[in-house]
Amino acid sequence: MDSYYHPQDLPKFEEIGEGAPELAKKFFDYYGAVFAEGELTAREKALIALAVAHTVQCPYCIDAYTQDCLEKGSNINEMTEAIHVATAIRGGSSLVHGVQMRNIAKKISL
Amino acid sequence: MQQPAQSLHNGSKISEKKLPVEPFRQTLAKHGLNLTRKETTTLQINVGLLCNQACRHCHLEAGPHSEEVMSAETVDQVVALAQRFPFEILDITGGAPEMNPNLVDMIERLSGISPRVMLRSNLTALANGERDCLVEVCKERRVVIVASFPSLNEAQAESQRGRGVFQESVNVMKKLNSLGYGQPDSGLELNLVSNPTGAFLPSSQDQLEKRFCHVLKNKWGIVFNNLFSFANVPLGRFRRWLEQSGNLERYLQKLATSFNPCAIEGLMCRSLVSVSWDGYVFDCDFNQAAGLYTGGKKTHISDLKELPEPGEPIAVSHHCYTCTAGAGFT
Repeated sequence: MDSYYHPQDLPKFEEIGEGAPELAKKFFDYYGAVFAEGELTAREKALIALAVAHTVQCPYCIDAYTQDCLEKGSNINEMTEAIHVATAIRGGSSLVHGVQMRNIAKKISL
Repeated sequence: MQQPAQSLHNGSKISEKKLPVEPFRQTLAKHGLNLTRKETTTLQINVGLLCNQACRHCHLEAGPHSEEVMSAETVDQVVALAQRFPFEILDITGGAPEMNPNLVDMIERLSGISPRVMLRSNLTALANGERDCLVEVCKERRVVIVASFPSLNEAQAESQRGRGVFQESVNVMKKLNSLGYGQPDSGLELNLVSNPTGAFLPSSQDQLEKRFCHVLKNKWGIVFNNLFSFANVPLGRFRRWLEQSGNLERYLQKLATSFNPCAIEGLMCRSLVSVSWDGYVFDCDFNQAAGLYTGGKKTHISDLKELPEPGEPIAVSHHCYTCTAGAGFT
């Protein structure tokens, strides 16, 4: 094994059900329901998934949802903006903890 | 569209045997299906491979240097064919059909024969007022214009169709709108065709139509009647790009795994006769690109005594997975 990640492994995802079929069925049914057209469109959900995929840094998810976004009619600019949303939240979540730093520093400083 | 630095196949031609999907006919058999002809209702006429663009997804490799253009004599034979059989739809395609010098004459003659004449346009061939006369004839004869407009994103559209195409297409659509095309109750139909800008499947037609309708109206005040989304066919220039960019195997697998047996019923090849620029008969434009003649026999329209009979088999190959992927290509 020269890498932990191989693109050809992505279609094998469903094989995970061979270990615990009932749990896998529940998961995949739920997964399918989540991504179905609802109050949010399937296109909007794919963009959210793409942003989350970058946050959790899952190569499989990035591959799958890049294609899914394109196939649902999103363009590169929209997909890039979605990733910036994830990046802003991720960066912001670090920066907002600066409040804790400031609180602690204030408490122990003259 | 970015191309990976290293090609899997180094641009070499992959033989059909080595392809990573089972033969199309085998897939049909697995589902207990046959692909056969129904009653022929549409005559599709490819008036030549000359085009002002050289789109990277073109299955016919049309371009500015092509010398394959339908002659006046073949146009006469096409008109005679259209008179001989009761086609409901006459569908003119290319290349850029606008570049055939006999097109206006052809439209004038065909529009008196069939209730619905369609002209497939890349839009830019109608730009800059060069073919205003053609547009006027189309308007007068109520010819349906079916225009290629792949993406609402300029960079992606131009990665498929060439630099400057996006804005020019927008300008031509505005002009067609100003003549009444696409306007409600005008009787002048403007339909759009969107092909994916790469090796992925098209969006749901309904969703994409809503989105194009919203964005084109809000950004440019453009209106149209219908939008059709079609997958790119792995033949010609697009196939070469798939090979060179290392996308061929994965794309074919994607098409094959998206096989939808329900799509067979409405496939266009079942009810269409496709005539090549030199007058030969095929089941569809893609079979033209693949060199698969109707009934496995090279037949010229001047020798065509009868239309293909319902029940006759249709020539198939791997590219047929394109039309059966997802909702299908009808």
